[in-house]
Amino acid sequence: MRALSVSALLLLALGCCWGTQDNFLDEDVVEPVIQASKYGSLWPLPQKVQISDVPLKLSGTTFEFTDAKGSTAGASCSVLQNAYRRYFDYIFGGPKKQKMSRNRRSGPTEVTELQVSITSPDSQCDGYPGVTSDESYELSVDAPVAVLKAPTVWGALHGLETFSQLVYEDKYGAKTINSTKVSDFPRFAHRGILLDSSRHFLPIKVLLANLETMAMNKFNVFHWHIVDDQSFPYLSRTFPQLSQKGAYHPYTHVYTPADVKMVIEFARLRGIRVIPEFDTPGHTQSWGKGQMDLLTPCFSGAAPSGTFGPVNPILNTTYDFMSRFFKEVSSVFPDGYVHLGGDEVDFSCWKSNPDIKKFMDEQGFGQDYSKLESFYIQKLLDIVTTTKKGYIIWQEVFDNGVKLKPDTLIHVWKGNQEQYQSEMAKITSAGYQTLLSSPWYLNRIYYGQDWQNPYKADPQDFKGTEEQKKLVIGGEACLWGEYVDATNLTPRLWPRASAVAERLWSAKEVTDINDAYNRLSAHRCRMVERGIPAEPLFSSFCPHEYKGI
Amino acid sequence: MKVMRAVNTKQCVPIIYALLQLIIFYGGRNVVTGVWPLPHALTVFPERYPLNPRTFYFDYGRHSATQQGCSVLDAAFRRYLWIIFPDYTAENGQFAANNSFNLHISTDHNDCENYPNEDSSERYNLSVSAGQASLNAATVWGILRGLETFSQLVYQDEHGSYFVNKTYIEDFPRFQFRGVLLDTSRHYLPVYAILKTLDAMSYSKFNVLHWHIVDDPSFPYQSRSFPNLSNKGAFHPETHIYTQSDARRVISYARMRGIRVLPEFDSPGHTRSWGKGQSDLLTPCYKGGAPSGAFGPVNPALQSTYRFMTALFKEVSSVFPDSYIHLGGDEVDFSCWRSNPHVRVFMQKMGFGGDFPKLEAFYVENLVNITSALNKTSIVWQDVFDYHERRSALSVVEVWKHGCYLCKVRQVTKAGLRVILASPWYLDLPGPTHNWARYYTVWPLAFPGSEKQKKLVIGGEVCMWGEYVDATNLFPKLWPRASAAAERLWSDEKQTSSVERASPRLEDFRCKLLRRGIQAGPLYVGHCKHEYQGV
Repeated sequence: MRALSVSALLLLALGCCWGTQDNFLDEDVVEPVIQASKYGSLWPLPQKVQISDVPLKLSGTTFEFTDAKGSTAGASCSVLQNAYRRYFDYIFGGPKKQKMSRNRRSGPTEVTELQVSITSPDSQCDGYPGVTSDESYELSVDAPVAVLKAPTVWGALHGLETFSQLVYEDKYGAKTINSTKVSDFPRFAHRGILLDSSRHFLPIKVLLANLETMAMNKFNVFHWHIVDDQSFPYLSRTFPQLSQKGAYHPYTHVYTPADVKMVIEFARLRGIRVIPEFDTPGHTQSWGKGQMDLLTPCFSGAAPSGTFGPVNPILNTTYDFMSRFFKEVSSVFPDGYVHLGGDEVDFSCWKSNPDIKKFMDEQGFGQDYSKLESFYIQKLLDIVTTTKKGYIIWQEVFDNGVKLKPDTLIHVWKGNQEQYQSEMAKITSAGYQTLLSSPWYLNRIYYGQDWQNPYKADPQDFKGTEEQKKLVIGGEACLWGEYVDATNLTPRLWPRASAVAERLWSAKEVTDINDAYNRLSAHRCRMVERGIPAEPLFSSFCPHEYKGI
Repeated sequence: MKVMRAVNTKQCVPIIYALLQLIIFYGGRNVVTGVWPLPHALTVFPERYPLNPRTFYFDYGRHSATQQGCSVLDAAFRRYLWIIFPDYTAENGQFAANNSFNLHISTDHNDCENYPNEDSSERYNLSVSAGQASLNAATVWGILRGLETFSQLVYQDEHGSYFVNKTYIEDFPRFQFRGVLLDTSRHYLPVYAILKTLDAMSYSKFNVLHWHIVDDPSFPYQSRSFPNLSNKGAFHPETHIYTQSDARRVISYARMRGIRVLPEFDSPGHTRSWGKGQSDLLTPCYKGGAPSGAFGPVNPALQSTYRFMTALFKEVSSVFPDSYIHLGGDEVDFSCWRSNPHVRVFMQKMGFGGDFPKLEAFYVENLVNITSALNKTSIVWQDVFDYHERRSALSVVEVWKHGCYLCKVRQVTKAGLRVILASPWYLDLPGPTHNWARYYTVWPLAFPGSEKQKKLVIGGEVCMWGEYVDATNLFPKLWPRASAAAERLWSDEKQTSSVERASPRLEDFRCKLLRRGIQAGPLYVGHCKHEYQGV
């Protein structure tokens, strides 16, 4: 069975690609050319979609996006206006031409307008997307007017992407769209990508290109793992020494406040939240270079060895520092959540340090260093609570029994399928909300079509009640940076992350691998055409190959 | 300032062998520099000389057989001026004057208008002293290698000023054949991606582009004699083909960099795309007494097949000037031949009985004869060697299968045939890039055999098969991992046996590749002063 489906995929991969249906490939028997999906190149697949056989034309000289009468967002809504320009460019391959042929009569089968209507009183034009944002939309494509309705601009952005994905070229190269009805909303509210800018510095250009690609895949959270052991590229206004000393280079390898602002605004215009992660108490070697006494001095015998361990949890100065630092972070990053990390704390340095031992005794922790970790995290959570932010933590914090606020979001990253499923069951039975990443560590690569396993994983696939399942608010694809930098990030992430995007957006029942292969091949060619070097799924071609080398 | 040296076996000679890297402590910060692949004899002294792009000159020695007007070298000077001085623009002139520096070039032969070939000498001597350097070689190809080495010796201090240290180098390749295979059939690679690969190859001193130009999925080579092959067999007849002028451009670009272009037209298997534009070329497969509509390998039983192949290879040999041609011959599936009654009748007639390898050997031998008549040396994949009984008809065998590949190398050389080794260098198989060590710790001659046998190992080749590779990910998959193999093929094995010592030099080289615009992937955590600025 498995072997069958694999060989079927190989055959279809040899035979077909998007845009070649009417083509020069001999349709002989050896290579059964699998039909293009009836859903065309839509990715992720909308919840409800009806594509008719009626082809309509669009032309760059007549088509325009308009704000519908009665829409709560208009010409002053930069989110929409920017999106109109972007999608016009994507659909017609260039900016809008002068209306030279404005007087040309459009035929009865031409779509000349997409009316966009924001229906709720608060369009959220000037706000930021959040975990509770309504991202739904309804799209109806007809001639001469197509209509897109959404309660908020965030839904409208997704609708515009869907509209652009419905447009194709007929065999004469004319832009065509079939009469279509779409009613769509995400299955999960939190659909994220984690990028790691500490192991390797990622130039702003790469971050922005990935936000752009996230929007094409309806991702809505950029989890910015901005600092770690290896480097501290975040330029803090309060503690500039952190990046001055802790970045790979104090000027060329840092994110200035202006850079961070640019990333956040670029993301907002695409309906994407930016959640920063400042991981402590472990993974903090680079913090220690610019902040004296923050890290625990490790001892070798009775004397300090000169090396440092995790954040020192027994000093008041640590908590003063954290208060001021997270106060800054909470004002720089507008999102309602901040990721506090808390993973992989190595206790050996704490164990070696006599002051810590003494503190452990005083607190009555005995030899249980996870109690010390809990003590630290607890204080940190209290600090962050005062900034009015919600927080996300890696699963160890929950596993170690730290007392958490009921609205804490717990991020599952460890283990194989059996292990993460039982972890999800445990977390949700304790009443906490959770996010899944374990099956989506895309920094791990395998030979072959390694988008398929991530595609098959389902975050609600564990033993639990309906109530428990509802506590799963989504997941994130993670691309850790040990072997990834600007040179290879984009082709390694895309289109493999697209598989995760569909799992998190589309209905649970969308699991047909063959249909997914067809749509995803076409979707990847679309990303390539839009200038994103998304790698191939298998032997095949795109009508427009990547030209960016 | 400190010069690290390793143990050398000829201590009486005032040359430091195996100088693995030079660490210059400068103003509290240290600049690590080195040459990749490592030259055979390299001595770097502490004295350093400033360089100024405005007063840096290439010139030809008085007794040099090549003089101004040599197409290969004049173009190389222009290229290397920008490579040596990456920050130099005509506007910025903050470099101190009167640091004039001359790089004197001298060659024994004038082979400016030739193509590099399997006998070309790539040996060179380079000596850098105050205000001048001399680079001597038998051929222009040796000069190209020397220019590459010189460009890697130049470094910038933290103020951006350029320096080169007093240096002596004697260098030559360990293996004559150092190749990179690109597969343009599973995915079409745009011409500029091939050209850029040639650039990167020259930085690692590779000298053969093995162009696996056609295969089952597509036939992008546009043939003069048989235009239907690409009209019907390419992914797209206009946008996804290599025209005659594309092929010429690749060959000429490669020549300028001292790189041979070795085309592969693999048959009788791996030919599905051929059948679309050439009827009766492939074997019709049968199912229960009737043709099934499917096709198998090239039909070896028809005279028309050999007439077609003669005409095609005649064209190919005139387009590709190299004296080698790759005939493929791998992974032939016999089931279709077996099903075809005409093929079976032919087998009886030829007295092959039911022995299909004999049929394949017959086919390949015909092809070898066709190409020898065209004065070409043919290379075949090891499969051909494995089933061929009259091995003396063969000349070069490429070993590609996994397992004990050195056993195969031993066997092939014992039969007196030349070997190209590819097995350990299938770079399309993934693994995080830190696995570069696995391409480095390869010992191509570590098999029991005579000196004569060892000499028959003419080199090796890095393979980038195209199932999962196209222009979007080719570069970070290929570089810098291919460079690890490049050092194994160029440098002395004893001096380059340690991964640990090679590591900082390769990291430095990878940053140099980035600086030159090659999208080389990271080896591990870390950074380059100038990160890649694309997406």
